[in-house]
Amino acid sequence: MQEQRGTYNVKAGLAEMLKGGVIMDVTTPEQAIIAEKAGAVAVMALERVPADIRKAGGVARMADPRIIKSIQEAVSIPVMAKVRIGHFVEAQVLEALEVDYIDESEVLTPADEQYHIDKWQFNVPFVCGARDLGEALRRIAEGAAMIRTKGEPGTGNVVEAVRHLRAVNAQIRQVVATPESELPDLAKELKAPLDLVKKVKELGRLPVVNFSAGGIATAADAALMMQLGADGIFVGSGVFKSQNPEKTARAIVRATLHYNDPKVIAEVSEDVGEAMPGLEMASLEAKDRMQDRGI
Amino acid sequence: MKIGVLAIQGDVREHVHHTEAAGADVVLVRLPRDLEGTEGLIIPGGESTTIGMLMAEYGLLDAVMQRASDGTYPIYGTCAGLILMAKEVIGFSPARLGLVDIDASRNAYGRQIASFEVDLEIPVLGEQPFPAVFIRAPKIQRLGPSVTPLAWHHGEVVMAESGPYLVSSFHPEMSPDLRIHQYFLEKVKRAQAVAGVS
Repeated sequence: MQEQRGTYNVKAGLAEMLKGGVIMDVTTPEQAIIAEKAGAVAVMALERVPADIRKAGGVARMADPRIIKSIQEAVSIPVMAKVRIGHFVEAQVLEALEVDYIDESEVLTPADEQYHIDKWQFNVPFVCGARDLGEALRRIAEGAAMIRTKGEPGTGNVVEAVRHLRAVNAQIRQVVATPESELPDLAKELKAPLDLVKKVKELGRLPVVNFSAGGIATAADAALMMQLGADGIFVGSGVFKSQNPEKTARAIVRATLHYNDPKVIAEVSEDVGEAMPGLEMASLEAKDRMQDRGI
Repeated sequence: MKIGVLAIQGDVREHVHHTEAAGADVVLVRLPRDLEGTEGLIIPGGESTTIGMLMAEYGLLDAVMQRASDGTYPIYGTCAGLILMAKEVIGFSPARLGLVDIDASRNAYGRQIASFEVDLEIPVLGEQPFPAVFIRAPKIQRLGPSVTPLAWHHGEVVMAESGPYLVSSFHPEMSPDLRIHQYFLEKVKRAQAVAGVS
């Protein structure tokens, strides 16, 4: 029998296996081991976490392959890595390194202001950010096999993550309630392909897994996003910018599993130390808003 | 018939769908008390390290072992579930059930880029091949004498059973075919008949 690799089923399938789990940003093998031992389902290998990218300014690029390799060697869970929006050669490099998932991410400085990567050309699956349903479906049309709502990375402020997940959910409800004959018009309004809008109506959800990202800093934040309907959680700066990364990582994993059990959330939140310092959205200038990149 | 689906993390939704479509009622199992009244358990794919660790922490490893102690509680483990049911594991494995006499090697096909789908011949399911999806799948490196192989890929065993237990390195819940879930429900029925006699 003939094996088929890189099929959409196989690409979207890995994201399905991550559901209900927490994916953590890490910059060293030591951090990756802390994440794995805390129960993370995958790690995102980076040169800097988003809070530090924000601080450093300048152009943020794909991580040094040496960092990615050292993290791949350190853990047995899937290793993801980020490329700049539209930078398909960085993606080719990550595919050659055999990362398990590529995040075409607004956290890095975009390389192309018009086009995202044609993700159908790759055997490695891609996850992309979205602030609303139209954006999510445009990324899926380009071949993304997993979506994460964007939030505002590196802020430790969950407000944008909430806004984006609520927006996606509200628009899904609108699609479901819209009669078939009016879907072409709604698709135009969403700037999304009609066939995918029809798929959303049929399923009552996105056709791929949707995680929440961008600003999750505490166990309660993670459970909030799960109760709002996220399939899982990305934590960027929230773990390793906190006072006690081990405890914070463990608490977020357990709160994500028992998101409907406030007693468990209370238990795991106790005595974890200070969360990462947060940023108020009003203090961000337009140029510093990562979520507006690559829409 | 009431079947538990372990709902810590992973491909839970799809297993629930297939199990219900095959004709059973489903209970999501997150804590030991959720096992009450279940006549069988499915352990979905996901990250075996995460699932094993959290099962141990919330008392589920012990509760399942207790449930399984008389040998009449069927359990089906897919992918990560296979690792959790293996007696020995090659690779990091913080906690597991170890109910089936096999050695499992984690991520033995390679990283995600080596994941694949293939039509498998599975004699116990009849002639029509089964569309099997392998995602960062484990391999069964050794089978003990109590274990019966049910399916092969390139000469390697990818599905097996041992008494009331069933394991597969691939994901039957990711294709529309219900035959493996039906096969497991048949095992549950047989186990009940045996339990009823004794």
